[in-house]
Amino acid sequence: MSTAAPGPGPAPAPSPVHYYYDLMSQPSRALFIIFRLSGMPFQDCVVALRNGEHLTDEYKTNINRFQRVPCINDNGYKLAESVAILRYLSAKGKIPEHLYPKYFVDQARVDEFLEWQHMTLRITCALYFRTVWLEPLLTGRTPKEDKIEKLRMQMELNLDVIEDVWLQNSDFVSGSTLTAADIFAACEIEQTRMADYDVRIKYPKIRAWLKRVRQTCNPHYDVAHEFVYKISGTGPQAKL
Amino acid sequence: MANSLKFYYDFLSQPSRVLWMSLKLSKTPFEACPVALRKREQLTDEYKKINRFQKVPSLVDNDFHLSESVAMVRYLAAKGQLSEQLYPKALKDRARIDEYLEWQHSNVRLPCGQYFRDAWLYPANGIKGKPKPEEVDKMIKAVNVSLGSLERFWLDKEFLIGSNLTIADLFGAAEINQIKLCQYNVNEQQFPKVAKWLDRVRESSNPYFDEAHQFIYKNSQQAVKAKI
Repeated sequence: MSTAAPGPGPAPAPSPVHYYYDLMSQPSRALFIIFRLSGMPFQDCVVALRNGEHLTDEYKTNINRFQRVPCINDNGYKLAESVAILRYLSAKGKIPEHLYPKYFVDQARVDEFLEWQHMTLRITCALYFRTVWLEPLLTGRTPKEDKIEKLRMQMELNLDVIEDVWLQNSDFVSGSTLTAADIFAACEIEQTRMADYDVRIKYPKIRAWLKRVRQTCNPHYDVAHEFVYKISGTGPQAKL
Repeated sequence: MANSLKFYYDFLSQPSRVLWMSLKLSKTPFEACPVALRKREQLTDEYKKINRFQKVPSLVDNDFHLSESVAMVRYLAAKGQLSEQLYPKALKDRARIDEYLEWQHSNVRLPCGQYFRDAWLYPANGIKGKPKPEEVDKMIKAVNVSLGSLERFWLDKEFLIGSNLTIADLFGAAEINQIKLCQYNVNEQQFPKVAKWLDRVRESSNPYFDEAHQFIYKNSQQAVKAKI
């Protein structure tokens, strides 16, 4: 990893951004797809969450004080939080405008989604995934039916909003073309496959939109979701 | 042109207070449009035309409607309607603020917001009964974890991002002040940095800070003891 310190003086030749990620993490996949679509070179730094690689002192001190993925190191500048990373790299001209618009009105529409999703889509999908898939794996205990049911209802309240509001009049969540917002949303929703949830049954607009997102992002979308497809035993029909 | 900006808010909402304070601190003229959450004004069909999610705050700039407070901050900054001190243009400073603004959703807003909702808002409005003591303990624990993270990760300097007040501080302080309504007081022994920082944020953003928090002070019956 880079040890270059920021500061005045002649700048050393910049090295590509170091990207720390695990494709099991939703925002890690989102950024991975965005970087690949952007043609942005990056230094691949895979962090195996299943081995607790993010929990070491070394990771905490040198990589990310929050001990999470994803994060980056840009020639000594360390940054966490996927949306902050997207904005930073976009301001540096590394992300094409169609994925994260420069014009502030269009950008605000994408930002609106990126801010909305945290406490709604992300939290409820992630909690469902964690309770139904991850925790039983770690503890050997199966969650109670009524608990799963409650979490599913909370998640569906937000899927309803995607279906009825964000996708009400448009092909993508922030308008008529794919942006980073769609990629973040899709990665969150795909995670629930692993918990045997099939969003396509109740939500026709989400189903059609997911197809569009995948199509527009491929081949990178399928590369990023390889584990998700494999672990869930489901995948896009073309793969079955 | 400037007066075309309409801001919909309720001081009971944390991000509403943040945006209101920011607009005032930035001396940006705006039309103040209070929405009384206690009367459920946000749930009317009329308000749905303002904000399709029926939440506060909302921003209407001519015919552009925007929700989500952080998105509003960025929009106003891009238009030059937010002071550069609150949301600097310099790439790395801004990215560090963005890092906080994204981090806080699930690490500060979530635990504080849940505690506020379950221990004050729902019981006060008869939506749900008072939580059991063990449930309250659990919520307080989550809040304490949050304050611990602020101490550890964000408060090496006077403010969250360096030595000046930024928008990040306003977001942080508004969330923590909200739980005064649950009679939660920041323990100065346990969280000395947070306690001092909260004072600094208030001082640096007054008189607007106190004006925005009047409702909170009054209803938590711990109106700041005539400090300023």
